Amino acid sequence: MITATRKPMEEILKSVEPFRKILLLGCNECVTVCHAGGRKEVALLGAALRLGRLQKGQPLEVEELTLERQCDPEYVEELARTVDQYDAVCSMACGCGVQTIAERYPALPVMPMVNTEFMGASEANGVWAERCAGCGDCVLGYTGGICPVARCSKRIFNGPCGGSTKGKCEISKDVDCAWQLIWDRLKELGQTELYSKLMEPKDWSTARDGGPRRIVREDMAL
Amino acid sequence: MKSDSNLEKVLAAGHFAVTGELGPPRGANLEAVKEKAAHLVGMVDAVNVTDNQTAVVRMASWAVSLTIKEMGLEPNYQMVCRDRNRLAMQSDILGAAALGINTMLCLSGDHPSFGDHPQAANVHDIDSIQQLAMIKRMRDEGKFLGGDDIDTPPKMFVGAAANPFGDPFELRVLRLGKKVAAGADFIQTQCIYNMERFAEYMRQAHDMGLTENTKLLAGVTPLKSAGMAKYMANRVPGMDVPKAVVDRIAGQPKEKQAEEGIKLLCEQIEQLKEMPGVAGIHLMAIEWEHRVPEIVERAGLLPRPQV
Repeated sequence: MITATRKPMEEILKSVEPFRKILLLGCNECVTVCHAGGRKEVALLGAALRLGRLQKGQPLEVEELTLERQCDPEYVEELARTVDQYDAVCSMACGCGVQTIAERYPALPVMPMVNTEFMGASEANGVWAERCAGCGDCVLGYTGGICPVARCSKRIFNGPCGGSTKGKCEISKDVDCAWQLIWDRLKELGQTELYSKLMEPKDWSTARDGGPRRIVREDMAL
Repeated sequence: MKSDSNLEKVLAAGHFAVTGELGPPRGANLEAVKEKAAHLVGMVDAVNVTDNQTAVVRMASWAVSLTIKEMGLEPNYQMVCRDRNRLAMQSDILGAAALGINTMLCLSGDHPSFGDHPQAANVHDIDSIQQLAMIKRMRDEGKFLGGDDIDTPPKMFVGAAANPFGDPFELRVLRLGKKVAAGADFIQTQCIYNMERFAEYMRQAHDMGLTENTKLLAGVTPLKSAGMAKYMANRVPGMDVPKAVVDRIAGQPKEKQAEEGIKLLCEQIEQLKEMPGVAGIHLMAIEWEHRVPEIVERAGLLPRPQV
């Protein structure tokens, strides 16, 4: 899923300074799962915003709402009748949600309340870790199911580099060496011959380097 | 011969090669380069010119390479994958070759988090093994990575680095094998202090036939002080400095530690000369270029062969 973390309160208060009435808008998908921008977080931020502005002697009217999905026009349409009442929308969704709102309601300022982080998996309660870089050409079948693009700090395809020490990456003892993980898993799978094969330079045109990407499924058009 | 590289000629003639290292300055002072390089003339067969080492901005490796070339030294032009994509790499390689730079070393590069621009975007378009294969292809097939023909291919003697002490150990020789398969004409290793573990690495590399297809230069660095020995042991990723080595340097009074470091280094070089598959040494005298003449003299490595 897409992970996010709430922006610092100071930055949020500064960004809403010009407004007197806002719609604080959550999303019931990824940001709910990673506890950054679902119904509960909307309520907490709403209270904090009201209090913060009261302390400054500039009360802020905050309406709270959480859409089923903020990146989907079908749900964003729900706002059409009421959105005129607000000075701005403060979105707690990921960047996709923020931009969907901005595109649908061009006359309205949309302020991000979270920083969208990465595509991650849940490692433990309250811990998310990057697992995929969305490069558009998956190599996990050759690397024991561990991604060298997302998980090696140097994106090495024929790793490990000389900095791998006791299973950890040279950048930090808190970061696993992706190639140690790959090698351990290849051994477990009896696929160590996959390491000996030279992996060719990657075609990054399927990644962000090829420009903004779209998926078009003509079979799904209505 | 694949190139006009002095290092290639020395190794092809079967001499025990000696390469040195020179870190470019953190400014536009060419005199500083010349001063450092002057100590190395006639002392080594090639000089590695580092490329933004430890991810800290320094004078361009190609510019320093060209400068020392003009002084009669053979530059080993280092290029890291961290700072350049495949377009920039290939254009720099053509430029270097056109200016008479004949020897190159392919490296991943230290991560930017260690350097003076931890906020930098790092490139890593291709990795060091892919970079190696790319240069070999440019030279031998006259092709760019994209497939187009090169009208005048760069004639480079091309090498790679190996760290026998990184983990996982069993992958180290396999990774060396990959570098040899990708076309490494020569290999320079990380600094060696654990001679036993290195001997085991060399035995495996030798058994796999890797030393027949590449020339391996063993990396050595003189320990200047107990502080440096401890730093290398504890702070440098992928470095293996046994306690006995640290204790030996630390066991001397402060003013005698540098001398003990050079003595230890000379003993190591004697051991390396006898080790099957070791074709030479790569002497990384970090910010100690002025001591190189004394070191190579005492290690019995002078005069350097004229080939």
